[in-house]
Amino acid sequence: MRLSTGGRVDRARPVSFSFDGRPMTGFAGDTLASALLANGVHLVGRSFKYHRPRGVFGAGVEEPNALVGVDRGEGRWEPNQRATTVPLYEGLTARSQNAWPSLRFDVGALNDLAAPLIPAGFYYKTFMHPRRAWEKLYEPLIRRAAGLGTAPTEPDPDRYAQHWAHAELLIVGSGPAGLAAAMAAAPSGRRVILCDLDEELGGSLLSRPDAVIDGRPAWEWLESALATLCAAPNVRLLPRTTAFAYGIDNLVSLAERLTDHRPPAAATGARERLWQVRAGQVVIASGAHERPLVFPGNDRPGVMLASAAETYIRRYGVLPGKRVVVLVAHESGLRAAEAARAVGAEVKVVDLREEPAPEATRGRLRISGVKLRSGWEPCDLLLMAGGWTPALHLFSQSRGTVAWSEERQIFLPGESAQPETSVGGCNGTFGLDDCLAEGWAAGGDTGPRPSAEPGASGPSSPLARPDSADGRAFVDFQNDVTAKDIRLAVREGFRSVEHIKRYTTTGMATDQGRTSNINALAIASDALDRPVPAIGLTTFRAPYTPVTFGTMAAMTRGPLFDPVRTTPIHDWAVAQGAVFEDVGQWKRARYFPRAGEDMHTAVARECLAVRAGAGLFDASTLGKIEVVGPDAAEFLHRMYVNAFLKLGVGKCRYGVLCREDGFVFDDGVIGRIAEDRFHVTTTTGGAAGVLHMMEDYRQTEFPELKVWLTSTTEEWATIALQGPRARDILSPLVEGIDLDPESFPHMALKLGRVAGAPTRLWRVSFTGELGFEINVPSIHGRAVWEAVWEAGQRFGITAYGTETMHVLRAEKGYIIVGQDTDGTVTPFDAGLGWAVGKTKRDFVGKRSLERPAMLRADRKQLVGLDLPDGATVPEEGAQIVDPAEPTRAIGHVTSAYASACLGRPIAMAMVRGGRERIGPVAIAGEGAPVPARVCGTVFIDPEGARLSG
Amino acid sequence: MLLIPCPHCGPRAEIEFRHAGEAHLVRRTEGVDDAEWGGYLYARANPRGLHAERWRHIHGCGRFFNLMRDTVTDKVMDTGDAS
Repeated sequence: MRLSTGGRVDRARPVSFSFDGRPMTGFAGDTLASALLANGVHLVGRSFKYHRPRGVFGAGVEEPNALVGVDRGEGRWEPNQRATTVPLYEGLTARSQNAWPSLRFDVGALNDLAAPLIPAGFYYKTFMHPRRAWEKLYEPLIRRAAGLGTAPTEPDPDRYAQHWAHAELLIVGSGPAGLAAAMAAAPSGRRVILCDLDEELGGSLLSRPDAVIDGRPAWEWLESALATLCAAPNVRLLPRTTAFAYGIDNLVSLAERLTDHRPPAAATGARERLWQVRAGQVVIASGAHERPLVFPGNDRPGVMLASAAETYIRRYGVLPGKRVVVLVAHESGLRAAEAARAVGAEVKVVDLREEPAPEATRGRLRISGVKLRSGWEPCDLLLMAGGWTPALHLFSQSRGTVAWSEERQIFLPGESAQPETSVGGCNGTFGLDDCLAEGWAAGGDTGPRPSAEPGASGPSSPLARPDSADGRAFVDFQNDVTAKDIRLAVREGFRSVEHIKRYTTTGMATDQGRTSNINALAIASDALDRPVPAIGLTTFRAPYTPVTFGTMAAMTRGPLFDPVRTTPIHDWAVAQGAVFEDVGQWKRARYFPRAGEDMHTAVARECLAVRAGAGLFDASTLGKIEVVGPDAAEFLHRMYVNAFLKLGVGKCRYGVLCREDGFVFDDGVIGRIAEDRFHVTTTTGGAAGVLHMMEDYRQTEFPELKVWLTSTTEEWATIALQGPRARDILSPLVEGIDLDPESFPHMALKLGRVAGAPTRLWRVSFTGELGFEINVPSIHGRAVWEAVWEAGQRFGITAYGTETMHVLRAEKGYIIVGQDTDGTVTPFDAGLGWAVGKTKRDFVGKRSLERPAMLRADRKQLVGLDLPDGATVPEEGAQIVDPAEPTRAIGHVTSAYASACLGRPIAMAMVRGGRERIGPVAIAGEGAPVPARVCGTVFIDPEGARLSG
Repeated sequence: MLLIPCPHCGPRAEIEFRHAGEAHLVRRTEGVDDAEWGGYLYARANPRGLHAERWRHIHGCGRFFNLMRDTVTDKVMDTGDAS
């Protein structure tokens, strides 16, 4: 019922909204929960397991019951929102969850009747056999019967922002303690961030208009305090901002909600902002959560935390019931009684420090009575004041150790692990004046502090232990765990709270046991007859409240999730209809299909065209490192297995790079541009790793060498022109370069111009054909490509992609690192022993290649597989067996293609002792093993005549 | 996320760095038997407590450096250039 006066809601601004399709009206400043209560709605949801009717229980993030789905339009359905933290806006559409066909009449409530049959661990014990039925039958059924809201199915259309910030002081919580800390710190000029998860700043003061600070009513004092802080340029105030994770080195993550309090149409800009705040000092002023009481029937709609009722009356001007019974185990409950009485409710206070907890309650969809020692007492609101639990979440996440106070029956912050201070309720300090004092001290203790009457809140009292818990006395309201379940777990042998938690699921719901953990501990402690600290406290994990995936991802979604790298020739390939593949972050043209062609026919055509005339291939993605300095040759000599000291200027060499363990890490052609300058190429995927490794050796192993490394991958476009007509095509385009094979043989390089652009022109080949790689500055890449393309037209030039490149190189037995090697392959295994400098004193991996295991004759070695005509292309990775012993794998296929040039499939494989193995092998697969013969790896032009043409 | 004191750039967020394994491993390729060499390649201290490790400020100055980190508390003790 809405009161005619009082509270912080704006009665001049009515707000219409709907719940389960029923139109209602609230006021600006309401939450969905306060507006529902104002409209007399107490039944808000159904519980997870038993489908019991549930109502609003709290007034903030601790709420376990009042979970609803909020519909903000296409892609903006958000389930499991706590009605107590959803700000009301015009047109808000909310729906109840876990009930069918309706909230009032829910078929699933049959579970409740069967409750004696489904205690804790029921699923574990019952749904064991047959085992395969779990996935197909049991789990889907259980998930349907028990659950919360349904996940949204459309993509999230909202934008999310991210912000890094530094502050000398981060204050979490804007109640009296947090505010006092901010006020004390503000004059110092230090950067201060004050955040609070609520819609407005003020914390508990928002529910305490009766309190007096510095002789002024609390709300008046609050207003002027906030005005002072707002005016301070060094203080940033962040309402609607939840500190949800406390990481190492005082990095605290905040989620700021920017638009959810506005109607969807008025919500512009980013929806939420993730703040990563690195703070010099953190003041945790996160308050405390009131403890519910555990007694039979404590979960009916209309059973509420006393402090929540106080908040509804004082802050929202809503009286949640007219006949109120207040169960007081802590004197703060008297405040709620007083608040209710002051607005005309009939209030009965039951002091649980003098009499036992109620035996039962009644009322199906809302409480109608409670059975006290004196008998049944009619009521429509039953309030529980069970004392307070400090919110230790952030402190615990900061790795501080918590300490149990036996006298006060609460966990308190113990030893700090990081520069932080807990003040106020989360430090077990509940008196208003004490909170102001603690906050003020933490903020710097400058000048006279604000003060209040000390008696505004009393000391904490011992935890009220439930007397009778044999009925359905709920401990965890969201997961439907009763006191009996916890006692059962103890009887079944569970001793540690971590095990009891997992067995009963207490504290494992989305509220993370905010109101239930301490009661569960108390019951287990009682049942085990061991003190609470001996049972342990479960770990507090981030996030403090659920955070949307969108906020976590912020900008890193869609195209920004992983950058896409394209070459200067990319757009040309797109225009030609190329099919692309991802290689690392690069988009590479895989093949260029003509009308009606599939990959197989396109690749076959491209392969034949390269060997018959000429092909053009974009190799710009190859990694490139410029190695410069007087010791550049010596450096490469030590890094690569090859000899580099004597490589002449204007010459290229194929280099193999091992890791220190002797296994092939990368390869590429290296050209000597000048005495002190090398152009190193790496594999497309290996560029960053090779540069990192080279830097490591340069800085830490060979610091005496004068050499510098620069990544030049993006500086150069690399155009591979391959095929017997390559020279004919290129010759009219070059300036200052003699292409004559006498002066420009295979593995030579020349500087000059191609199509007007400066070039490092290499005569190299990854196809076995006469070939050139035209390196030009990226900016000229597209123009040079098109010039070569034009010049090649009368020679039948054909653009080809990576798939054709793979086939052509395999026909020549050229390996691809990472495909034919797998991190356990030495240069000798890969048939690259010829590249290893025999007389070199040292190179990376040399010592490892001398280890006995590296020299064994039965190591897997790279071989070719001779396949019969008409055979199908084997699967890459297929196991190879000896036909005489077909159950033991002796190797695996590393590369396999249909070779259009040979008219049959070809394959390469790593086979045990492969080079010595003469005779047949078989390739195992789904059907019968396919016969093959081990052969050399070069299938075409073994003499290399085409290469040197 | 750690705050790592780069000896050249000052304290920076962990995402600017790349971990580079245990520090103070000496690469000696001559006069070592296979067991010693195998130890250099593969044996690591993996302590519970103080660990001497190498980091590279890969998105900053690019330099390798050493630091002491407590593997229990993640507290970083002191740093020094690795070259």
